[in-house]
Amino acid sequence: MAYIKINQDNIKDKNKAIKICPFSAIEEKNGLINITSGCKMCKICVKQMPDIYSFIEGKQSKINKDDWKGITVYVDHVEGDIHPVTYELIGKAKEMAKKINHPVYCLFSGNNIKHKAEEILKYGVDEVFVYDNEELEDFRIEPYTAVFEDFINNVQPTIILVGGTTVGRSLAPRVAARFKTGLTADCTILDVRENTDLDQIRPAFGGNIMAHIHTPNHRPQFATVRYKIFDAPEKLQKINGKITECKIDVEKLKSNIEVLEIKKKEKVKSIEEAEVIVVAGNGIKKETDLKMIHQLADKLGGMVATTRPLIEAGWTEAKDQIGLSGRTVKPKLIITCGVSGSIQFVAGMNSSDVIFAINNDPKAQIFDVANYGIVGDLYEVIPELLKKM
Amino acid sequence: MNITVCIKQVPGTSEVEIDEKTGNLIREGIDSKMNPFDLHAIETALKIKEQEDSEISVISMGPPQALDIIKEAYMLGVDNGYLLTDRKFAGADVLATAYALSQGIEQMKKYDLIICGKMTTDGDTAQVGPEIAEFLDIPHVANVKKILDINSKSITVEMDMPETVEIQKVTLPCLITVEKEICQPRLPSYKLKLATSERKIEQITFDDLKDNDATNFGLDGSPTQVLDIFPPTSDKTSEKWEGNGKELGEKLANKLKEMKFV
Ligand SMILES: Cc1cc2nc3c(=O)[nH]c(=O)nc-3n(C[C@H](O)[C@H](O)[C@H](O)COP(=O)(O)OP(=O)(O)OC[C@H]3O[C@@H](n4cnc5c(N)ncnc54)[C@H](O)[C@@H]3O)c2cc1C
Ligand SMILES: Nc1ncnc2c1ncn2[C@@H]1O[C@H](COP(=O)(O)O)[C@@H](O)[C@H]1O
Repeated sequence: MAYIKINQDNIKDKNKAIKICPFSAIEEKNGLINITSGCKMCKICVKQMPDIYSFIEGKQSKINKDDWKGITVYVDHVEGDIHPVTYELIGKAKEMAKKINHPVYCLFSGNNIKHKAEEILKYGVDEVFVYDNEELEDFRIEPYTAVFEDFINNVQPTIILVGGTTVGRSLAPRVAARFKTGLTADCTILDVRENTDLDQIRPAFGGNIMAHIHTPNHRPQFATVRYKIFDAPEKLQKINGKITECKIDVEKLKSNIEVLEIKKKEKVKSIEEAEVIVVAGNGIKKETDLKMIHQLADKLGGMVATTRPLIEAGWTEAKDQIGLSGRTVKPKLIITCGVSGSIQFVAGMNSSDVIFAINNDPKAQIFDVANYGIVGDLYEVIPELLKKM
Repeated sequence: MNITVCIKQVPGTSEVEIDEKTGNLIREGIDSKMNPFDLHAIETALKIKEQEDSEISVISMGPPQALDIIKEAYMLGVDNGYLLTDRKFAGADVLATAYALSQGIEQMKKYDLIICGKMTTDGDTAQVGPEIAEFLDIPHVANVKKILDINSKSITVEMDMPETVEIQKVTLPCLITVEKEICQPRLPSYKLKLATSERKIEQITFDDLKDNDATNFGLDGSPTQVLDIFPPTSDKTSEKWEGNGKELGEKLANKLKEMKFV
């Protein structure tokens, strides 16, 4: 079994050896230093105190990585309307596939969707696998998982990318668990190694830290990625790829779920579509002060978005939250007002074209990502700005 | 009806940072609390109990400190509590967590419905629920924002999709993950605190589970591994403006005009 070995003899300062763990998972018991079940295997202790802590690899079932070929993108769609995150993932898949000389595949399942597969090929996919069945009319977890399973068994792709949409976040874990393989949620950086191992990077441990994660002994490797993290490729003039229709035994598409009704929500423009965004952060003192943020957004023809604390205060709505647990945006212009720039927030907006940040704390982290950092009191800067516009 | 709710203890002040010089993690305040999303899961169960004769059990996987959140669940009105704890579970990723929980759940009272929070504030994956459902081989519905009907055979829920709301009727047993908006959690009751102060919390360890292959748990049972952690970097060129509010406001207005945003 893999574990962290403790060399008790090398411990000179017990307290220091205990304090090294940021998760308080190291304790002293009967005079000995112990690692408790709170351990998150961040390996900080191994890195910082190698003479005391060492990581012992467990024995791992070695898979034959050559048996797994191709990078697959799951086509996220509602009744054939393909979600643009799909194209962004195809862009990333192509970039990685080139490195390891693998094909790019798409898995497209639904009802009456065949004719839409052509559109996907325009983005330079090598092969689209289509499952077109009545039973796949609405998204229900069991039939969609069954199709995914069938596809993986037949095609054996090494990497599978799924959009971090409502459907993707429900389906990907289900399929990953069926294959007892790893899944990394909300990756912000992806790359592939020569041996086809996927390098996955995401903010982690609920803090201002990036974690570099890999799946060295399992295939396929699963990752979900949010909308607007990567760029969609240009459409091709000439199509090279092909469409493969797949058959699946309808017995496998049985479900315990019945879809009774689908209600259209009133379509409100979402912040993801906005070209200009003004963000209200915790530097806003009262709810009524949001008026000035709205005025600024109106003058710029943009929308107002917000950080999490304001939603928790009940001043703004969850759908307007930017960040890891909110929306990812990529506008032409974003102005943050009284936002500290925590990694969870920044992960949702740092690929915006131009970032302005107003904050009165010169050390605020938001200035690390801003193109224009305005060190000042938003209650002075914004009224003046409104006057001059 | 037997309802099982999965709850997790998370850091109270979730600000972990990394010291750029030493590479050490800095954690301010190590106090912990119940994952706020799981309070909504518990409340959902309590609401069902008000309508339909039910027994509610919670399970949490974590170190012994997690007993605190189970006691809190008792103060909210939960009937039974189980703590799944063993050093063999340490270092578990999503798969190993969900697998251990599914094994633990099988040691508990038979369930008709399992409720999970939408996500945790520290793991933040929203994946544990669907994976538990897969290991238990039951259907699941994620992003549930309303329960329309529940009876001994099925549950009818509203699933929140970006542009639509889908009404799904699911046969029991099944698992749902619930949105915050499904209900407003109640506060712990002092009366229940007194009444439940002696109530037992069942501990489940590795030896109690059906699967006795330790390599399926903890770090060994985790396909994903953390290679490295590091502070985020940025390579964008940036400039910083200082001055009084008037100067800055004017400079900003001019820049926006220059860039043709106004
Ligand atoms: C797992 C996880 C996921 C999360 N997901 C998200 C997410 O998706 N989105 C999100 O936003 N947060 C998220 N958070 C919370 C996040 O960590 C931060 O707590 C949050 O983003 C902080 O919001 P803020 O910058 O508005 O507030 P604060 O951090 O309180 O910052 C306020 C800033 O305003 C400045 N300020 C104060 N007064 C003035 C003034 N008069 N003029 C100018 N500046 C002023 C201060 O200097 C400060 O920098 C998440 C947290 C976790 C643990
Ligand atoms: N260690 C755990 N113990 C009990 N339940 C958990 C645990 N981890 C996650 N869960 C459940 O799974 C949900 C989603 O968690 P996550 O995938 O970590 O975002 C949570 O809201 C809990 O209901």
